[in-house]
Amino acid sequence: MESVGSIILYFIVALSMIVFSVMAVTTRKILRAATYLLFTLFGTAVVYFMLDYEFLGAVQIAVYAGGIVVLFVFAILLTSRPGDNTERLTSKSRMLGGVAAVITLIVACYSLVSRCALAFAQKPEMETPDMQQIGATLMGTGAGQYLLPFEAVSVLLLACIIGGVVVARKR
Amino acid sequence: MEMTIPVLILAIPLFMFLFLGLLGMKMSHKLAGTLGTLGMGTILVLSYYTAFQYFFSGAPEFINAAGERLQYLVFDQTWLQFTEKLVIKVGFFLDPISAMMLVVITTISFMVHLYSMGYMRDHHGVYEHGFQRFYAFLSLFSFSMLGLVVAPNIFQTYIFWELVGASSYLLIGFYYTKPSAVSASKKAFIVTRFADLGFLIGILVLSYYGGTFNFAELTSAPVEGLAGVSQVSLGTAEGIKAMFTNSAAPVFMGASVLTWALVLIFMGCMGKSAMMPLHIWLPDAMEGPTPVSALIHAATMVVAGVYLVARLFPLYLMETAALDIITVVGALTAFYAAMVACVQVDIKRVLAFSTISQIAFMMVSLGVARPEFHEGLGYMASMFHLFTHAMFKALLFLGAGALIHAIGSNDYTAMHGLRKYMPITHWTFLIGCLAIAGIIPFSGFFSKDEILSSCLGYSWVAYLWMSLVAGMTAFYMFRLYYLIFWWKEHETPEGHHAPHDQPWTMSLPLIFLAAVSCVAGFIPFGELVSWNGHPYDFMAHFDWSVAAVSLCVAVAAIVLATVMYRKENPLPSKMRNALPALWTWCYHRFYWDELYMFITHSIIFRSVCRPLAWFDRHIIDGTMDAFATVTNKVSEAIKPLQSGQIQMYVWYYLIGALALGVVTILCLL
Amino acid sequence: MEITAVYYLIPALIMFCCGVYGFITRKNMIAMLISLELMLNAVDINFVVFNRFLYPEQMEGMFFTLFAIAIAAAETALAIAIIINIFRAAKNIDVRSLNEMKF
Repeated sequence: MESVGSIILYFIVALSMIVFSVMAVTTRKILRAATYLLFTLFGTAVVYFMLDYEFLGAVQIAVYAGGIVVLFVFAILLTSRPGDNTERLTSKSRMLGGVAAVITLIVACYSLVSRCALAFAQKPEMETPDMQQIGATLMGTGAGQYLLPFEAVSVLLLACIIGGVVVARKR
Repeated sequence: MEMTIPVLILAIPLFMFLFLGLLGMKMSHKLAGTLGTLGMGTILVLSYYTAFQYFFSGAPEFINAAGERLQYLVFDQTWLQFTEKLVIKVGFFLDPISAMMLVVITTISFMVHLYSMGYMRDHHGVYEHGFQRFYAFLSLFSFSMLGLVVAPNIFQTYIFWELVGASSYLLIGFYYTKPSAVSASKKAFIVTRFADLGFLIGILVLSYYGGTFNFAELTSAPVEGLAGVSQVSLGTAEGIKAMFTNSAAPVFMGASVLTWALVLIFMGCMGKSAMMPLHIWLPDAMEGPTPVSALIHAATMVVAGVYLVARLFPLYLMETAALDIITVVGALTAFYAAMVACVQVDIKRVLAFSTISQIAFMMVSLGVARPEFHEGLGYMASMFHLFTHAMFKALLFLGAGALIHAIGSNDYTAMHGLRKYMPITHWTFLIGCLAIAGIIPFSGFFSKDEILSSCLGYSWVAYLWMSLVAGMTAFYMFRLYYLIFWWKEHETPEGHHAPHDQPWTMSLPLIFLAAVSCVAGFIPFGELVSWNGHPYDFMAHFDWSVAAVSLCVAVAAIVLATVMYRKENPLPSKMRNALPALWTWCYHRFYWDELYMFITHSIIFRSVCRPLAWFDRHIIDGTMDAFATVTNKVSEAIKPLQSGQIQMYVWYYLIGALALGVVTILCLL
Repeated sequence: MEITAVYYLIPALIMFCCGVYGFITRKNMIAMLISLELMLNAVDINFVVFNRFLYPEQMEGMFFTLFAIAIAAAETALAIAIIINIFRAAKNIDVRSLNEMKF
């Protein structure tokens, strides 16, 4: 049984995530969309905290909110003037998109609720993984340890840095 | 005998062909002609040397102690080896007839090379366009013909057989800007190709059952002992008997396979030697330059059929049914061609039909030859006639060429009374006419007389028939002679110079060939050539009664021709009016061409080819076109799908994914 | 009241559908990229939730999310580089105008 506080917190977080997601994709001002995305990402970080993955929540805030959203803001400022509205979408394409999204939602919800008993699993007790454990897992070479992907991601990031420079530089 | 000379005999003309064909345009006309003639002269000397060695050296590889002439394989190189047995070889084979053919071909070819130096230029000394090409083709022809006669196996014969066909095609169509020459060359090629289909099937059948391509084995060795003997005595009949009669040779449609093979091979010979009903190409082949007519369509290539039958003669002896067919075809052709020759106006056409008739004589002679009568006199007579005919018919053609060169027309009505202006041509032509008519002592008398003798040995019907044809030969040749050289000459228009004799390059061959025609009859041919290599003295078999009769017939025919055509008189037109139908039929060559046109165009083209063409165009092509059209249309229709709009792609993906999800859910319900 | 896994999954699902909607309707490429991030984030939540609720003693889901975040960062950086490049060439970042290289 959860505490009342955590239930209230859950509802606030879930509601804000939903609302901000919807607003992120419906607003006509692109800078606002980026801001709503930031809020959604914060909400996600809170979810991670609630699920006892504190390190993950921290990474979410640091990388996503701190890095990616800032990148978005830079890009938006570079490619549009402040106060620019994206042109109004035609109602037809909005409706089509909405219908597609709703159908996706219904299909997924239906299969989740009616077919997936695991979705109703209780939250078991869990020790919050401490940093030492995370570090060992990330740097270990044994079973269930992730040195190789870690290195691969580091190479990927390096390639990405070089690629970003090459693609975006002035000719 | 060493290999150098035989190899050179084949290599020089091939080299000359390539040399003149590739580099001819770079050199002057005169140089090209001289080189070609010199090359041919070299081959002439080498061939004479080879033939002399073969006939007269008495070397043990050529003649055995009993005086029999042997077949000698100078070399035999494997060219393509497909399987253990199916081997195609290229070689050089000497026996009496191939040695004789070497002499004939090189002599005529050299004469024609020399003659063409004068013929292929106009009165102002300007050479004809394509003069070098002409010499290149002549060399190609000489190469192919020499390769054909020395072939030690029937497959090499076939290869060179087709090569002479190709070079004949090229030379008939030498004036390729003239539509008639082009169609004549096509006609010659197609008709002979059609005949060669039979030839090829015959070769395959014969070789399949005989187990070999080699003439030496086909004509002598039994099928069991296929020992690779390169030196065997000619035609041992027991071997052939063992091969075909004792083995359980299968029977097809009432005749033995051997008969079928031989008849099919003879079909190829019919095409090449212009026997009825495949003769229609030869008269049209006169569209080529006259020296070509002399070389290819009178003296050498057209006798290839006779040569091949002679080559396979021991096999034909096994199946006298095939020989009978040859006799009948030859006799009919001889008569038919003689009839037609009597009314033609184009002098080359007359000579062409005369050629057909004379080749038919040789065929008949082979057809009636039997070893039991005068030791196969017919075979020897046929080869002898081949030899003498080559000489005097080349002489006649070259003489006709000289006339055409002087007058500029093929039509005798434009000639009349030329004997004063062109004495050399006149006298040599007269010798040719006397030789072909069979007047003693010219060469034609001896060879034709032997043919008639062997006909008499076969059947008196054949003898009478061929004597009649011989008389007709004398008649139409002298008709031609009188029409050209006698009658009242045409007025030479002012400003034109009168026709005159030709330069020495053209006169020399005429004189040489006339001289040969005078003396060739005295060659003891029986000593040199006989069907089994056994020499004999043909004078011992000389039938003076036959000779006397044929001489009388010839003289009577000449007298008749003299009466009718010596001077302009009403007799010919009277005869023509008396038998209008016959004259018309003869003049139109018995409508053979029209019959062919009817069969090919009206029957084959219209009722077979046209539906096939329709089927091809509409059904087969239509199907393919439909595939293409449908593909094209569908592609055009779905092209907008790939719009480059990434959101459209997402739409497609999403719809597909959702459909899959919905279907999965519905299935799990 | 018990907060089971589905309580986390449904908001994640809604977030995902918002991403879908945004991706197929927005014309601005940065807006599309934002939608893409929403979808990616929703999927990350799924991994974490299933890890937490079903196999709490293991950490696969968490690490998968960790790597996904890293890769998302790389992808975004590169995508923005491309977008800036396109903006230089085409003077706008409307995705519909990007068919010049087609055919």
